[in-house]
Amino acid sequence: MLERIAGKISRGAGINRAEALRLLTETDLLAVGRLADGIRRKRHPHNRVTFVVDRNVNYSNVCVSKCKFCAFYRNDGDADAYLLDSEAIHGKIRELVEHGGTQLLMQGGLHPTLTIDWFEELFRGIKARFPQVQIHSLSPAEVIHVARLSGLPMPECLKRLRAAGLDSVPGGGAEVLVDEVRREISPNKIGWRDWAGVMEEAHAQGMRTTATMMFGSKETPADIVEHLFRVREIQEKTGGFTAFIPWTFQPSNTELGGTTATGVEYLKVLALSRIVLDNVENIQASWVTQGAGMAQVALFFGANDLGGTMLEENVVAAAGCSFRMSIEEIIDLARGGGFIPAKRNTLYEILEEY
Amino acid sequence: MVKFFENLRAKVRNGARISDVEALELFQSNDLLAIGELAALANRRQNGDRVYFNVNRHINYSNICVNRCTFCAFCKGEGDAGSYTLALNDVLAKAAEAAAAGATEIHMVGGLHPDLPFDFYLEMLASIKADNPALHIKAFTAVEIDYFARITGQSVEAVIDELKKAGLESLPGGGAEIFAEEVREQICPEKISGKRWLEVTEKVHRAGLKSNATMLFGHLESHEDRIDHLGRLRRLQDRTGGFQSFIPLAFQPDNTRVPGAKGVGGVDALKTLAISRVYLDNFRHVKAYWVMLGLKIAQVALAFGVNDLDGTVVEEKIGHDAGADSPQAMSKEQIVELIRKAGRIPVERDTLYRELRVY
Repeated sequence: MLERIAGKISRGAGINRAEALRLLTETDLLAVGRLADGIRRKRHPHNRVTFVVDRNVNYSNVCVSKCKFCAFYRNDGDADAYLLDSEAIHGKIRELVEHGGTQLLMQGGLHPTLTIDWFEELFRGIKARFPQVQIHSLSPAEVIHVARLSGLPMPECLKRLRAAGLDSVPGGGAEVLVDEVRREISPNKIGWRDWAGVMEEAHAQGMRTTATMMFGSKETPADIVEHLFRVREIQEKTGGFTAFIPWTFQPSNTELGGTTATGVEYLKVLALSRIVLDNVENIQASWVTQGAGMAQVALFFGANDLGGTMLEENVVAAAGCSFRMSIEEIIDLARGGGFIPAKRNTLYEILEEY
Repeated sequence: MVKFFENLRAKVRNGARISDVEALELFQSNDLLAIGELAALANRRQNGDRVYFNVNRHINYSNICVNRCTFCAFCKGEGDAGSYTLALNDVLAKAAEAAAAGATEIHMVGGLHPDLPFDFYLEMLASIKADNPALHIKAFTAVEIDYFARITGQSVEAVIDELKKAGLESLPGGGAEIFAEEVREQICPEKISGKRWLEVTEKVHRAGLKSNATMLFGHLESHEDRIDHLGRLRRLQDRTGGFQSFIPLAFQPDNTRVPGAKGVGGVDALKTLAISRVYLDNFRHVKAYWVMLGLKIAQVALAFGVNDLDGTVVEEKIGHDAGADSPQAMSKEQIVELIRKAGRIPVERDTLYRELRVY
């Protein structure tokens, strides 16, 4: 079985769902890693490992979605509910720019009252002050929520956000792109087709986006495989995904609680992502959820990118997971694995090699 | 490089030894997965799919130590804030607690205390054993044994004999650090030499006690130093057969005084475990000590030649004082689950690797 799959991969033919499931559930970790590492080295022969200097700005933690895996959201009126004003947001972006940052990852919740005008004004204000910063913001769930609140069709909403300064859309909120799982962990969030719809529309309008997967909660191995193939199928249509980012559910302080994926499971899913998503250029390792040690190992299991330096990160930290890394540490991490560290922008253009 | 790995695979398959030069080449290689495959092959020959753990408890009876190893964040001087020595009753309470929780082993080490008499240790062993005859006491490093000999003016053999009579059943293997003289001089100048550690350990084995062996890595040592360390252990094991497992310990830099040391990356940790597995053909077990490595890397290490995840531990102080961010303890269920999710067979063992239960 493994030989047949390896043969397919070396011919550049895609594997099917059944083969992917067998890799995930019945194949030795190192064997899956080998296949993924081969693909990664072919696709990125320069031996580079990239990262972006970015900051997560969570403009608000108020969210009507109340996903059970989330420790970050608050209800409007809670003592620790907040909404940042534009001055506070500008201050954070100024710090990002001072640290040589290029990417602003701005996400909040599904806020009950913020309509498109608020975001348009915010994006315009940011672009006017910080034209060099790439606004990589608002997940598909937020886009649809803002469209609804504003009485706009989703494509129109995206168009206006883009005109106001939105450069690209992060792939968050994908969770697991299988509605049975979504009903269990995020019953009030958009279904997988809506997530795909926003991504396809963003791609059609010329924006690039990423895609994520949060696993380790309630999904089965077959759900993980389905997620990967759905992303691959969208990518076949649009080619708009720059990267795929699998990460693990962080159970602390969440309604769902329980346990999450182990290290071996993470590396296997990561490697499988590299194998299945042969039409996506970059696979990110998640040091935020796995820690620096595992992120370095992940570079041998299909990952070629370390994501952002994250000057600020609140969402995962709220769930009890608070790894921090400086640019120097990220550079050391890549070098220590035998790779050439390189700073990139949101579009994966290389800015500097170290 | 392909040829190099092919040759090594053949060696491992045939049970032949790899040389120091080959080990160095492995350390210099960036092919993490090929190194892992080699180690997995070496391990599978000896242990199949079984992965061992035990239910144990650590008791660090005192943190007062006359040695001032720069890599250590645990030791304190007598009278320093935070220094402590447990009263015998506290030690016994911890041991009783452990026995009640199903532990089969007490792992007990402390520092080189300036005032405690040798009788203190003998009484501690005898009392634990009297209360809990079924608990295996794995205690004291070769460094402590040597110290007992010095404070009593007795021979090492006589000291071991008395400890054994009082209830000591095996040694954990700490204090080896790195044997290479130049580095050892920098990280633990007051500690006994590597040569002495090996001498004392040889006497321990000759007295019929099993021990483990450790290596502290990721501070100032070179790859050559690591291989030198492994080489000395392999030679001693050829003579005595007294080592049960090898435990590479990833240096934890927080609160320590090793200049410039940054700690161990995930890749280096896995490589070192894997190369140790391949090189130490006469060691049955290689252990991933999750306290130092973290749970994720320790579990992943099971694919890189490791066949032992240590124990439930309970209340570890030494690694955590140096910034280890692993939990203080693991339940048996958690360890079983980690091993299962790595696709292996969890086996609870006693200290001497007798199988108690297959899960």
